[in-house]
Amino acid sequence: MAAKQLKCRECGTEYPLEARYVCSKCFGPLEVGYDHEHITDVSEMRRRIQGGPQNIWRYHDFLPLEGPQPRTRTGLPAGCTPLIRADRLAERLGLGEVWVKNDAANPTHSFKDRVVSVAATRARELGFDTLACASTGNLANSVAAHGAALGMASYVLIPADLEEQKVLATGVYGTNLVKVRGNYDDVNRLCTELSGDRENWAFVNINMRPYYAEGSKTVSYEIAEQLGWEIPDRVVVPIASGSLFTKIGKGFQEFIDVGLIDGDVPIMNGAQATGCSPVAAAFRDGQDFCRPVKPHTIAKSLAIGNPADGPYALDLARATAGSIDSVNDQEIRAGIRLLAETTGVFTETAGGVTTAVLQKLAETGAIGSDERVVIVITGEGLKTLDAVRHSFMDYEVDPTIESFEQAFAGAVQV
Amino acid sequence: MAITVKLPTQLRETVGGVASLQAEGATVGEALESVFASHGELRDRLYQDGDLRRFVNVYLGGEDIRFLDGLKTALPEGAELTILPAVAGGC
Ligand SMILES: Cc1ncc(COP(=O)(O)O)c(C=O)c1O
Ligand SMILES: [Zn+2]
Repeated sequence: MAAKQLKCRECGTEYPLEARYVCSKCFGPLEVGYDHEHITDVSEMRRRIQGGPQNIWRYHDFLPLEGPQPRTRTGLPAGCTPLIRADRLAERLGLGEVWVKNDAANPTHSFKDRVVSVAATRARELGFDTLACASTGNLANSVAAHGAALGMASYVLIPADLEEQKVLATGVYGTNLVKVRGNYDDVNRLCTELSGDRENWAFVNINMRPYYAEGSKTVSYEIAEQLGWEIPDRVVVPIASGSLFTKIGKGFQEFIDVGLIDGDVPIMNGAQATGCSPVAAAFRDGQDFCRPVKPHTIAKSLAIGNPADGPYALDLARATAGSIDSVNDQEIRAGIRLLAETTGVFTETAGGVTTAVLQKLAETGAIGSDERVVIVITGEGLKTLDAVRHSFMDYEVDPTIESFEQAFAGAVQV
Repeated sequence: MAITVKLPTQLRETVGGVASLQAEGATVGEALESVFASHGELRDRLYQDGDLRRFVNVYLGGEDIRFLDGLKTALPEGAELTILPAVAGGC
């Protein structure tokens, strides 16, 4: 495999590719390192990717798996989601060119299927038979579904006050669903403790985190491939732990390094909800670390008060002349409506955050009119229905022409 | 004051395989110092420039001490401190 070792992001210490996520010297996070020296013929590599399956396994050469390319017609293959040109959204915001990467079009309707597919496949290679996670919902859905598809037992721990849709869409897969009385950071602490004692469990976002995180690179691989092997000028991405954001940067960088695409990593804009914005606050204050916060926001899927990759997200935003901004609950609701009304894509609160931050950047003039911008829509609107309840009016009529005409005669035209 | 310090798996090897250590002190900082007095190797693993490393979390009764008074947080008799890596998570 192209993956060679796990390497500490802080002090550079190397470890073998096992179920390990923390440097035992400095507690820094471990990241997968690769050797892509063998990629010398770029057109051959492009053909190899394009001839691959319609899912993330087409990028097998850039993922940390030992075995052959996983079989496409088994498991729960993720990725190859649509990249849609959103001219009506661009026009509404006075922008030149906007694209929507619609990752709600994954098997369990969020980008989490990418990271879980990689983590679960690697977990099996390492001999685990049980999957587990701490989740605010989307990861819960995906871990439970992958457990079912791969025939692995699963334990999913969530905050007890999660949206009903996300709870139901997890339990249905026959997982061990555990509601923890506390917020996500409490659940995460509990799982970190549990993972020390349950050595035969693969916690996808704890002891399998280096592999899990690699799955997010496939978002940038796909964007580049879908744009005809080109790099967009700017990408807007939601941030919870900051893993997706930083790995999208890493994905572009890797494709640049091997010569599959030419240019620089795009300007990277991170999006947070004001009610949980430790990374945006640190960006604003010029800090290189994040002060943990207690989340209060309708964007529960982004409600991580203590973001593990916060420092790296700050580095990436600064290195690319981007930023990390936040929007309040009202702006998030408006963002969901804006995306839905101009593109036909109905996203959850996290996508409302992303769209609202795009709008904010457009309004402050941060985006040039000649820029090609991609927004990464990471989740599905049907999972957070409360966010749009009462946000529009409707008509109720008797089944007669008179009643119909009367309703519209009296109604304010919209 | 008798304090219990629970260690993450990543540190247990360093202290001969035990999952927790006994400590003394009126604050989190003092309790950790008393642990370092008998297990000097732990200081470097947990501290950088005299403060907690940024990827180390310490909890008192489930609360991150960064929400309390940091290393100056006062400890009640019999308190239990839990040390955990901070790099987990992603929802
Ligand atoms: C829909 C959605 N978007 C974005 C994120 C952010 O991901 P990360 O933790 O990698 O920053 C999450 C979950 O964490 C999510 O559920
Ligand atoms: Zn290290």
